[in-house]
Amino acid sequence: MTGPAGPGPAAGGATRGLALAGLTKRYGSHTVVDGLHLHVPEGAFFALLGPSGCGKTTTLRMVAGLVEPTAGTVHLDGRDLTPLRPYRRPVNTVFQSYALFPHLDVGENVAFGLRRRGVSGVARRVAEVLALVQLDGFQRRRPAQLSGGQQQRVALARALVNEPRLLLLDEPLGALDLQLRRRMQAELKRVQTEVGVTFLHVTHDQDEAMWLADTVAVMNNGRVEQVGPPAQVYQFPATAFVADFLGRCNLLAAEVVGRSGDDLLLDAHGSRFAVPAARARASRGRVWLGVRPEKVRLVAGAAGVPAGANGVRCVVAETGYGGVGTEYLLRTGWGQQLRAFRANADDAAPLPPGTPVTAVWRPAHAFLVERSPGADGPGHADGPGHAHRPRGGEGTGDHQGAGLAGPGGHAPAPASA
Amino acid sequence: MSDARSSAQPTPAGSSYAGSSWGSAHAGPPSGSPPAGPSPAGPPRAAASAVGRRRSRARPYLLALPGVLWLLLFFLLPVGQLVATSLYDPAGSLEAGYAMTWAVGTYPEVLVEYRWHLARAFGYAALATLCCLLLGYPLAYAIARRAGRWRHLLLVCVVAPFFTSFLVRTLAWKTILSDQGPVVGALRAVHLLAADGRLLASGTAVVAGLTYNFLPFMVLPLYASLERLDGRLLDAAADLYAGPVQRFRTVVLPLSLPGVAAGTLLTFIPAAGDYVNAELLGTPRTHPVGNVIESAFLVSLDYPRAAALSVLLMTATLALVVGYLRRLGRDALVGR
Repeated sequence: MTGPAGPGPAAGGATRGLALAGLTKRYGSHTVVDGLHLHVPEGAFFALLGPSGCGKTTTLRMVAGLVEPTAGTVHLDGRDLTPLRPYRRPVNTVFQSYALFPHLDVGENVAFGLRRRGVSGVARRVAEVLALVQLDGFQRRRPAQLSGGQQQRVALARALVNEPRLLLLDEPLGALDLQLRRRMQAELKRVQTEVGVTFLHVTHDQDEAMWLADTVAVMNNGRVEQVGPPAQVYQFPATAFVADFLGRCNLLAAEVVGRSGDDLLLDAHGSRFAVPAARARASRGRVWLGVRPEKVRLVAGAAGVPAGANGVRCVVAETGYGGVGTEYLLRTGWGQQLRAFRANADDAAPLPPGTPVTAVWRPAHAFLVERSPGADGPGHADGPGHAHRPRGGEGTGDHQGAGLAGPGGHAPAPASA
Repeated sequence: MSDARSSAQPTPAGSSYAGSSWGSAHAGPPSGSPPAGPSPAGPPRAAASAVGRRRSRARPYLLALPGVLWLLLFFLLPVGQLVATSLYDPAGSLEAGYAMTWAVGTYPEVLVEYRWHLARAFGYAALATLCCLLLGYPLAYAIARRAGRWRHLLLVCVVAPFFTSFLVRTLAWKTILSDQGPVVGALRAVHLLAADGRLLASGTAVVAGLTYNFLPFMVLPLYASLERLDGRLLDAAADLYAGPVQRFRTVVLPLSLPGVAAGTLLTFIPAAGDYVNAELLGTPRTHPVGNVIESAFLVSLDYPRAAALSVLLMTATLALVVGYLRRLGRDALVGR
């Protein structure tokens, strides 16, 4: 397990941006956030990603000052915010449910923060920010008269109008339907580029996090498992949890048995595989061999396996047509399910279930992550199959038991909260 | 055949349609389904569903019917009789009978004679309502938002006085405030009250009694509106630079106005007409109009004047209430 990237300075240095140091929240014996170190650079669009209950919202609320940390500090641009009440912090929040004041119209909702601070030019600034979120002419409406997307914009405008040093977004798009969510994602990105404020965005939606953020931090059980640019986190996950939570991943329980040049040699279920040592988070003993479904190619028979590639002989168990691509659920000789994705870029007919195929990938596309002892039995608590599945119904064949290739993957995914 | 269908028409969607045309300000569940139920459609069926819709529109009125009849019988008719009585010839008597002479002159007469009694009635009621609000709001707030698992127990405590009769409670206050009682003794000891000073038989005692008796009527509606207040709005206000006092002024108070409106009305209206507190805790010199009406009806048997005073009290209360609600604004009543 890798440590968090760039722990923030504990004392007020000259560091710009947000720095969390040893941030901890305990409720009784239950630790929600566990010694979090995180640095969010100024001007970043930073996503805190994780399943529900991983502590990401609590972290956000500690930054906002709405939850008092048990231990640790929150620094913004070198200034210690930890002892400050929420209304004294140069930080504003877009709440999950928007929390618009129902007794005030849109204009007064947006003006709320300005009026509390007694700044001048309220009317002009409200008009400007409403134009920014494309809600000109809505000033006299009440929140109840607005659609979900419009309410979301008001919530964004209400926070942005204060020109905060840091904008916190708590699942801001969670209440919107898919179409609207896509539109508002584009909107958020445009606004962030336009105003240049640091955005700390909490979400359980990995697509949203990858699409919006320039840096993603994946949280699990109150800890950050990996921080980095979305592409890096996706392509080379630090842990089995990250691999499984961010996108879909085939995970094979394997054991490192040797080394050949720059490659590690592995044994999984009696088959031999290779992975470049540079793509191994763990290089000895029990590991998970991970490969993304879109990196898996299907060839007919063992003869079609290109030189240097790894292959597993399978049978197509399910074929799911998904418009942009076709997703195959494959069954290996040892009964595990693998997932392969093929873009529908050509006219090739989908392979029907029952077709014997070989699943092939290049060793450089695979990666190794640590496998804790005993994590190869189905239903084990450490098994990645227990990870929260953020996307519901989007994929094909995501029925019971068809979740994931990992040995723990036969457990149905828990319902997302 | 079409008729048979219409009577068998299930109309849950239809009735919510009728309801939504009433409470437009309420954020009711948006029942988007058309009034026609989920059964096979067709031309005869469309006609049947139109009939069904008409029937279901009438349903809320049918539900209101018993209550409306009750009010007609026991409120509107007596009020009509009261107004009529106030216009009888004041020279008549119970024995000789009353003649209807449209004696509107009774009104200015009693108005002038009892103007101070009327003023006292509203003065006491206003003071008691204010005291109830000042005592009740923090209490309701604490119960609704801070009491946690003690909430229900505390609510029962608020209502507990109702388990004894109004009269007994007021009589108890007579003992509490009596010249030999502990309250007067303590106040005299700290020289807040002169050595021969007393609480009983004063306007203060009447207001105190009214406050005590009507406090639950203030607390319960306030509790209901404060309990409903979304805590996330307070988070949002804190996030938007509002300190505790500003949060109260800009969010809590405006959103609890429906409770304030209901509580003040439930306190003020009965307090304005109350005579028991004034009878037991005050003196004839401090009596509000309620006591005058009581004795005119039951002691001097001067029905026309008693009725005229009653009508005056009612209209004045109504005027005050309407003016008050106008001030508070429409939102306060509807709640949002």
